[in-house]
Amino acid sequence: MFKQNTFKLWQLAMLVTLPSLLLACGDDTKEVIKEVIVEVPAPVPTPVDVSYQITVTNLTNAQPLSPVAVVLHASGNLWTVGGVPSVELERMAEGGDNSGLLSLGLVSASGTAAIGPGAQETINITIQDKTDALLSVATMLVNTNDAFSGLNAWTLSNLMVGDSWTTFVGVYDAGTEVNSELAGTIPGPADMGEGFNPLRTDTGYVAMHPGVVTSDDEFASSVLSSVHKFDNPALRITVTRTE
Amino acid sequence: MKKPYLLCSAGLLTMLSYPALSADLTIEIQNLTQGLYFTPIAAVAHNPEASLFEVGEMASTELQMMAEGGSLDGLSTIATSISADVLANPAGGLLAPTMKASGSLMTAAGNTTLSVVAMILPSNDGFIGLDNWTIPTEAGTYTIYLNAYDAGTEANDELRGGGAPGVPGMPVPPPLEPLLGTGGSGMAGADSAAVVHIHRGNIGDDSMTGGKSDVTNTVHRWLNPVAKVTVTVN
Repeated sequence: MFKQNTFKLWQLAMLVTLPSLLLACGDDTKEVIKEVIVEVPAPVPTPVDVSYQITVTNLTNAQPLSPVAVVLHASGNLWTVGGVPSVELERMAEGGDNSGLLSLGLVSASGTAAIGPGAQETINITIQDKTDALLSVATMLVNTNDAFSGLNAWTLSNLMVGDSWTTFVGVYDAGTEVNSELAGTIPGPADMGEGFNPLRTDTGYVAMHPGVVTSDDEFASSVLSSVHKFDNPALRITVTRTE
Repeated sequence: MKKPYLLCSAGLLTMLSYPALSADLTIEIQNLTQGLYFTPIAAVAHNPEASLFEVGEMASTELQMMAEGGSLDGLSTIATSISADVLANPAGGLLAPTMKASGSLMTAAGNTTLSVVAMILPSNDGFIGLDNWTIPTEAGTYTIYLNAYDAGTEANDELRGGGAPGVPGMPVPPPLEPLLGTGGSGMAGADSAAVVHIHRGNIGDDSMTGGKSDVTNTVHRWLNPVAKVTVTVN
């Protein structure tokens, strides 16, 4: 091997001697020496793809999931119970817009569409040269004010190629919008109301969700009905490392 | 030469039979809920034959004192009588929504099982419960999620009341005072099962001045799990 400084001189241009073998007919072999000038690029190791399949299954009765955000990051959390919700989280939890959360990753991937009750989607994501990324998955339960579910900062370092891991996760409340269940405040098909609105506030901390009440439970002003109720867990998430 | 060998084996067997000697634990309890408070928490390391509560069995009077009124007096007496090690009230009062409290617990040999309890407010006799969790002997950090139980000792009328055993209604300490309604007519909340069971949840209503319940339906409900316990075996 060259020393680094020696190599820099060499990488500008270098004479390479290429022995070419010309095969003549029969077993008669001639050796021809050619001189060629070759530009040698800086040494870049070939990137190694580290790929995962993330399958999200909707376990609820009537809560479509907004397009899933799959985020690979190096450190930190996308949310913590008791922590202040980020505006990126609020956008997703109130309106299903995952673009902010996707921007937080080293690498991110989005689901293609909403996932209906009972349905599932598999999302592929590839990161290069990093086997110890943290995986976060997030999606809104769209027939709510600000309920979301997912997986926060799960370390991928123990997952070898071919390994699979499945978890069942519960529902969080972003703490950014009161659970009024009022007409006009819920973006899902139950209401087709407003999504993200930074002016609305609630507790200001993320917590586990208390569940929806609904008009069938004597909450007269609720646009939701008993079909929209959910319990924990709400999602099944399977992570498979494919390469 | 045979005798010492036998003695040695006996000593080894004794050690294997009682692998858990004293342990040095750090215990953290987090309230995962959006709108519930926990009364003073008791984390108790005790021998595996004892238990603070058993699902499907009637609650003891001491557990009832905790579940209806948040008092740890009775459970503390029991803990002393069975030589348990207790981390009592690490939050120094109520544990507010999403808050954490932690403390150290040195366990004596034989106290290899951990139980954790605290009353849930507002509720009539709801409590968080960890029931006889075997303390790992390997150093590390362990996470356990707790469900909400109903002590089965008091009807869930969801009305303001008292916390002493047998007194109907819910105790309402200061931070809960402005959060609860008044004048509810009372939920028909008698327990079909007068034993410890998984709590069916608060119902609540949307009226601060009437309705059936003094509990607020969009704030004081919960879904399990309601608490996270992180045990570090040092």
